[in-house]
Formats: sequence, structure tokens, C-alpha cells
Amino acid sequence: MSDEKKEELVTVYVDDREVQVPPGTNMIEAAAKIGVEVPHYCYHPKLSVVGNCRMCMVEMGMPQKDRGTGQPVLDDEGHQKTMWLPKPAIACSTVAMPGLRIRTDSELARSCQKGVMEFLLVNHPLDCPICDQAGECRLQEFATDYGRGYSRFVEEKNVKPKRTVLGPRVILDDERCILCSRCIRFCQEVPEDDVLGFVDRGSYTTLTCYPGKRLENNYSLNTVDICPVGALTSTDFRFQMRVWFLKETHSICTESSVGANTLVGSREGTIHRITPRRNDEVNDTWMADSGRELYKQVEARNRLLRSTVDGAETGDPERAVEATADLLRGGKRIAFVGSGRCSVEEQFLFKKLAEQVGAQSTALVSRVAEGDGLLISADRNPNVRGALTTGLIDELPRHELTGLAAGIDKGEIDTVVAYNEDLTAAGITEEQLDKVTVIYLGTHANKTSDRAQVVLPTLTVFEKNGSFINQQFRLQKFLQAVPGPAGVPDDLRTLAGLLAGNGLSIPPGIDEVWEELSESVDAFKGLLFMKIPATGILLDVPPGLRRLPYAEGKTLHYESAGEGAVTV
Amino acid sequence: MALLVQRKPLSWLEKTYLPQILGGMRITLKHLFAPKVTLQYPEERPVLPENYRGVPTLVKDPNGREKCVSCQLCEFVCPPKAIRIWPGEIPENAETAHVEKAPDDFEIDMLRCIYCGLCQEVCPEEAIFLQDIFSVTGYSRDEFKFRKNKLYELGGTLPDKHYKWDKKKEAAFRGNEH
Repeated sequence: MSDEKKEELVTVYVDDREVQVPPGTNMIEAAAKIGVEVPHYCYHPKLSVVGNCRMCMVEMGMPQKDRGTGQPVLDDEGHQKTMWLPKPAIACSTVAMPGLRIRTDSELARSCQKGVMEFLLVNHPLDCPICDQAGECRLQEFATDYGRGYSRFVEEKNVKPKRTVLGPRVILDDERCILCSRCIRFCQEVPEDDVLGFVDRGSYTTLTCYPGKRLENNYSLNTVDICPVGALTSTDFRFQMRVWFLKETHSICTESSVGANTLVGSREGTIHRITPRRNDEVNDTWMADSGRELYKQVEARNRLLRSTVDGAETGDPERAVEATADLLRGGKRIAFVGSGRCSVEEQFLFKKLAEQVGAQSTALVSRVAEGDGLLISADRNPNVRGALTTGLIDELPRHELTGLAAGIDKGEIDTVVAYNEDLTAAGITEEQLDKVTVIYLGTHANKTSDRAQVVLPTLTVFEKNGSFINQQFRLQKFLQAVPGPAGVPDDLRTLAGLLAGNGLSIPPGIDEVWEELSESVDAFKGLLFMKIPATGILLDVPPGLRRLPYAEGKTLHYESAGEGAVTV
Repeated sequence: MALLVQRKPLSWLEKTYLPQILGGMRITLKHLFAPKVTLQYPEERPVLPENYRGVPTLVKDPNGREKCVSCQLCEFVCPPKAIRIWPGEIPENAETAHVEKAPDDFEIDMLRCIYCGLCQEVCPEEAIFLQDIFSVTGYSRDEFKFRKNKLYELGGTLPDKHYKWDKKKEAAFRGNEH
């Protein structure tokens, strides 16, 4: 940090420890900076502050000044005197100012936390055994940390509806709601779809949808994530698995070139849910509902599980790789069709393979649709910039492979290698496919794989390690969450096998591929797979690459396409 | 350190061996007339203490409601990982719809179970009990994987102290003055 910037910081004291924070920081964040937790429910770092849960109450003091002269008042030993306020204040809406002091563990603060917890638990049903939030519930956590440990409430608890369907993906259990209003503020502020609100008063207050409306925007499941208790539940994940069994793996959403950071929750090789992972430069703490369903492709019916040569299963996948390597040898006129859904490493090896066998052309298929201006960009390929950076392609992909179609018609192409792309969806007719030898590498069956002489099954993003380059030219890595299906080798292994069969030996491990990548691609200089930080790293790419007419419009933390991709 | 034991020479009476023989005969004769302790197992069965830990079973409450809500705490706590639960939702038109959750299936691998009783201890619904069954036999490993039906069959019905969910339903039926 530069000296100039340091001057802008203000000094505050949390439990008599000095913290330097930028002005405007609230005291929950200031305390978090030195590892002091101020318990809170309604405060969320990415939403506006309302201060209605009262859980973050702390004791607050200001440096005492002489009323007449404005001079600081000193005690006998010459230290600044602090004027402690007689009543507690909420930390979430207390903004740091010079000399401000808070106490989070004083007798007053402790009694406030205990009192608020007791009131919150008065009408709470305590059905933790059936509640999906159990294990990641703030109410559970703070009840053990700050609560009384037993209930003094002998009256009858409130009865509220348990299964209110708010929308296609969200079910509300009203008894568990602690009225923090995070979900309401989220709907107002992030997707700007103001459908939720409270009705009735006091302990009868109920969360509800505006009459005639439903919580059905594509960001509705974020309300389930930010709900500090188990009131909002996901229809998809409801009663499926307890969260303490889930192993959470860092991953990247493949829905669009935004590259939202995600956590994939899996148990014993089965994925149960996908939740967003905080990245303040990319997706804050949100992700789209549609991206959370992508794990279902792993166990889709049309998943390719066996390698086939001329329609016959080869058993050992190595044999199919050898057969493919043979097909690529010997002066064939080959066209390579890569995919913007492949990782950087795969695109790099695919490009190497194309060079090695002297391919006539390499292409990518574009997937441009309308973006939503938030976390789904117009480009639905997660990694077009990876293909551009590795040099697999040197111009933006098109929707239709017209060049390849013309090449097949003229007889200039006799072999097509398609990687994760259905050529029939990209302007190649089935008749044209019948004219050429098709080699298909992919995860799922489609019309191209039906017509392919060789089918090599590959892994989905959840079953392998790799990296994507998002619209900001941010390199982000995803890790293997679940093992791939038995007998399906890693993509890099298949590609390395094809390269080896054509006289170029590259070790198939991701670290070895990255050694090669950092040597041969300038933008990756000095990088290794293990060195990519969890929240990604902005690449220094040639200005020519940034200036291409990209399809993306404005999304969260991304301003314009084409001329200089700017992060906000 | 070596310990030297002085051996006392036997007295005249001891040299006859008669006191020892008679003492032995006395014990033998006592058992000849004392009540028998041997059980003719399997025709005769032992009386088990109240807190005996036999085979873990699932129980129903006196109204026939299955008590397990598939919270999976026993699955989590089980040291040999003998328990496996497939959680499920109770359909909205069922009589016990207010409980919301029940296991689709429940499996305890009796070859893995070490009869520690942690599942019974952890259960928040008092749905799993180690009862008095101690002899489990079978011809294959699969026979020792007790599924939900078998576990309920073995567990039967136990008296309930709380009727927690019935009270919940009554409260919902009465509703609140608003």
C-alpha cells in the first residue's frame, strides 16, 4: 500500500485493538479485519444496511472533546479520554470515524446479544433435525455462541405456514423466518425485481410475494443462499442431503463468459448443489439460477461413457485413441473444430494437435444470445478468450461454420475433428457429415457423435481440473469435484495420447501442460496452474486481443466490450 | 530384581493330601445341588439387562408414525459408517405431512455395526434404539444389510414420552388468535 493511500485511512479501535480502515467502512467489517466477529443477521456486505435484526449491538465510544474549545480532553496520564455512550449502538450502520471505539465483548454488548438471541428464538420452531439449513445456520451458530442455552419461554409458539411456494425454485418456511429482510433487499437491489415484502405486524409478520406475482426471476436462489436461517429453501436441494456431508470444491460457472465463481457441493461422487463463491471482481456473492442446474449434465442419459470406433465399443479407451491417431496421420486434409466450452489447457493441446497433423483450419462455434446485464453475458461460451489467447483461433468465432461447409462440399476436407461441439447445430448438414470422416470428442451424445467414426468420451467441468479466461481476461481455475465415469479418461490424457501418436510427446498432467503454456504463450508467462489464485488473475494480453468486437455488453463488474475490456 | 520365595515344608496332614481332596469334593457337591447357571441356548434365552445394547432398530410411536425424520445425524456419528440414509419428503396429502421429512430408505450394515449405541444417543427424535436382539445370522453379506422395512419390523413400537409432532399438529390446528 502506498503512503498516500495510508493517509486516507482512519484509525478505529475494536476491543482496544487498533484497526486502520478506509472511511465509510462499517464497524462489522472493521472488526472482521482483525478477526473479531460481530454477530449479525440482516447485514450483508453486498446489500444496503437496514439494521433491523439488532444482533450486532456493541458498546460505542467517541474521543471526548471540550465543548467550548474543541480541544481533546485528556485523562491524568495524558491519554485521550473516551466518552462511552450509555446505550448500545448497532455496528452495521456505525461508520468508522477517527478515534471511534467499540467493545464487542463488554458486559453490555454480551447482554444485548443474549437478549436478541432469546427474542429470536421465542417463535423459532427449533426443527433443526428436518431443516436444510442445519449445519450452516447462523441462528444455530449464534445460539451456541451467544445464546442462553435453555429456553425460558413457556407460552405457545406462533404457528405460521410451513410450505409456502414463493416461486418455481423457492419454498418458504415462515416459522423459521427471523425477519432480517435480506431477501427483500436482494430482490430490490440486485435483480431489481421487487416482489417480496412483509405483511402483518409484530410476531405475526410474514414474508410474502406481492399479490399476483411470484419470485421467479433468474436470481431467486440467491435469496436462499443469503437467508441466515432455513426459511427460504431451494426446491431442488430441499431434503436432499445434509450440508455437513458436502465436500465443497472451487469451480467456475460455465453458463457464460462472466465466469461466476462457484462452490460445487458433492458427496461420494454425486453432486448435490452449486452455490456462488464470493469474488468481488466478478460475481460478488451471486450467481444465476440457471447456472446452478448445470450439474445435472453429469448424470444425463445421453452422456457418452464408452469410446467407439466405427460404432463398436473398444473397451480400453487407449485403443480408440490409437485408432484416432492413425486416422489423423498421413497427409489427410483435416479441419479442427474446437469449443469455447473447453478449458485453456485443452484448447492449447488441441491447437498443438492441429499444428502437428497440419490441419487445414481450426474454428470455434460462437454461442451469442441476449445477456441479462447482470451475471449472464451475451457470450454463452465460457472460454472464447482462452482460445484466442492460446492461439487456437485468431478471430472471433461465428455461429455457423460456413467455411467448413464449403470446404466439405468442394472436397477440400476429408476429416473433421469436433471437440465438444455438435456440428449439425453449427450449420453443417448431416449429408455433409456423411461425406467426411468425423472424429468426435465430447461429453454427451448428439447428431455429430452419432455419425462419428470415432467417439472419444470426455469429462465435464465438474470432473477435471482446468481454467477458463472470462470476459475481463481473468484467468480462473476450476477443480475436480467428483471423479469421472469409469473408463472415461481425462481430456488432457486423450489429447496427449493423440499428440503422442503423431510424434509429439507431452506429459498429460495439468502441471506439465502449464509449464509448456507459460513458456509458449506470453500472456501466461511465469504462471503455473497451482499459482492461479482462488479468485483468478487478470491477464496481460496483447491490446489487439482486447480490441476485438466482442459480443458482451454491460454486466456486473464489466463495462464494455471491444475497445478495452474494462473492469468496474 | 529376583525375588526369592521360601518354600515351607509340608506338614504331616498336608502330606496326606486329604484336606485338599475333601475341600475340592465339597465344591463339587455344592454345585451338584445348587440351581443350574447353564442355559440350554437356543431353547432357553438369557434375561437381558434394561440397558443392553443389541441390534440397532427403528421404532414407531404408539400412533404408528415412523419417528425417523432422516436428519442423518446417526449416519454422521456412526464410527464404522454402518448407517446409510436416503432422505425423502413426506407428500403433502399424507396424514403426517406436517413432519415433512422421512427416510426414503434406511440401511444398517450389521457386519459393520459395532453396537456402540452412538446412533441412539445422538437421535433427536428418539427413533433408533439398540434393543435386545443379539444374535443376527445369515448366509450372505447382503442379508446383513438391514433395510428400512426390516429395521421397523425388528424395532416395533415403543412408548412415547413427548408426542412432539402431535402437539405441533394440534397447535397448527388451533392456530393463533390474530
